[in-house]
Amino acid sequence: MRGAILGAGTRPRTAPASRPAAPLLLGITAAVGVFTLAPLALSVTAGLMANYAQGLGAGLTTRWLGEVWALYGGTVALSLGLALACVAVALLAGVPCGYALARSRSRVARAFEELLTLPVAVPGLATALALILAYGEWGGFRQSPAFILAGHVVFTLPFMVRTVGAAFRRDDLMALEEAARTLGAGFARRFVGVLVPAVAPSIVAGCLMVFTLSIGEFNLTWMLHTPLTRTLPVGLADSYASMRLEIGSAYTLVFLAVIAPVLWAMQAVAHWIERRDATDHAAR
Amino acid sequence: MTPTLAACAAPAAALFCAFWLLPMVELASLPAGKGWQTYVAVLTEPRYLRSLIQTTALAAGVTLVSLALAAAVGLHLGRQRFPGRRLLLALLTLPLSFPGVIVGFLVILVGGRQGSFADLSEALGGGRITFAYGLTGLFLAYVYFSLPRAIASFTAVVERMEPDLEEAARSLGATGARIARDVWWPTLQPTALAAGAILFATAMGAFGTAFTLASRFEVLPITIYNEFTNYANFALAASLSLALGLLTWAVLLVAQRFGGGTVGAAA
Repeated sequence: MRGAILGAGTRPRTAPASRPAAPLLLGITAAVGVFTLAPLALSVTAGLMANYAQGLGAGLTTRWLGEVWALYGGTVALSLGLALACVAVALLAGVPCGYALARSRSRVARAFEELLTLPVAVPGLATALALILAYGEWGGFRQSPAFILAGHVVFTLPFMVRTVGAAFRRDDLMALEEAARTLGAGFARRFVGVLVPAVAPSIVAGCLMVFTLSIGEFNLTWMLHTPLTRTLPVGLADSYASMRLEIGSAYTLVFLAVIAPVLWAMQAVAHWIERRDATDHAAR
Repeated sequence: MTPTLAACAAPAAALFCAFWLLPMVELASLPAGKGWQTYVAVLTEPRYLRSLIQTTALAAGVTLVSLALAAAVGLHLGRQRFPGRRLLLALLTLPLSFPGVIVGFLVILVGGRQGSFADLSEALGGGRITFAYGLTGLFLAYVYFSLPRAIASFTAVVERMEPDLEEAARSLGATGARIARDVWWPTLQPTALAAGAILFATAMGAFGTAFTLASRFEVLPITIYNEFTNYANFALAASLSLALGLLTWAVLLVAQRFGGGTVGAAA
């Protein structure tokens, strides 16, 4: 943004110099930092401690991680599978939908866009109850991971639609599409060959967001799961309620290990988009 | 809408109708079978009304405290440049991706029966003090998962704030309080409204955290869960879910109308 205003020649988004620090703000930031990170650090160490009650003196161990893997290994696999399936559905259904909503100016499209975000605004518990009331009698579906997937899809789809929808609305993309059209490219070729590559960073960002949301989803999933379809957060709740603190902590560590690379990738993609937009502006 | 665009939107529309809209219609019509008064049970039954009021008060308190703290953090991180700033921001927003159950567990780890706070208070001669299972624990847990979202929003908006404005105010002799009121507040205010609505809606619907804490302070999602699983009172659970859903949706809608933001985009 700043690069665009200052024009070519200025390095886009150069970090402005620090402004005078206010001690109060610094103090609150430090306190919030401790409040957020200290319990997390405590949890990570507790998962590696031989005995939490005796503290670090009793030594470190990977025993609890091993037990978590033996007891709950399946939940990690199921959660990863569900998250990937969610991403696949978001790609196949969400990306075209984002395009349709970006190009359509009709009232129906606006209304549909609003409706689509309702599963995000309405508490997950309500969505879960509705799904159980509607499909609870369909034994095969109710017992399968697909039932949880249905809940995750309606909850995550709006994020993909919004992210790519915003990208499809860019002016330069409209011009690009028009150019492809006048050159005689059919819709399928324009969409797959021109539009999708142009919004690729946003699609990747949407995929990572969908993945993270699905991996961490609990409010819906707790109601939708069965003893045979336990996801990572469901297993976490179970371990917190029935296992020793060390196992709960080690399991939390497993969750962090699964989520960390995805979050790191999300940040990297966000920078990539920022830089790409900045160079696009500078090039003009 | 041209046929091509309609075809593009069709798969998403089909999924949405099959797995949200139609089930929701069924949920919404369920209480009617038990009589129309079932729809307003949340207002007429003292137990449910109490749960609703408690939940709303908790969500409102958590929202205000989180907004105030996060605004300070956002102002600091957005205005200062220091090594490790990005890393700190990433760490502070990390809990965004946590399921609520983890937040509940962290509070137990600190303030529960075997918690480090109990160890500390015992070492200081005050006995083993626990705060995880009551209102204090619930409040801290809700603030814990609310802060990251607000910090992310505030930091982003402060980073885009024009530094010249503050510079000018300062050189004209404005005090810190004047700058806060005349420069910072107008920048932060729209974000505070949008983020506040999302924090409130999230806190109203949060289930995993209260579930893990098995809190003595009952919030509406737990009431709904109990009605559904323990008492198999489906019509009532549906009615209470509707009330909760309508309330959160209305708050987001009002914030959107006044702030011009997008509902749920950051939820």
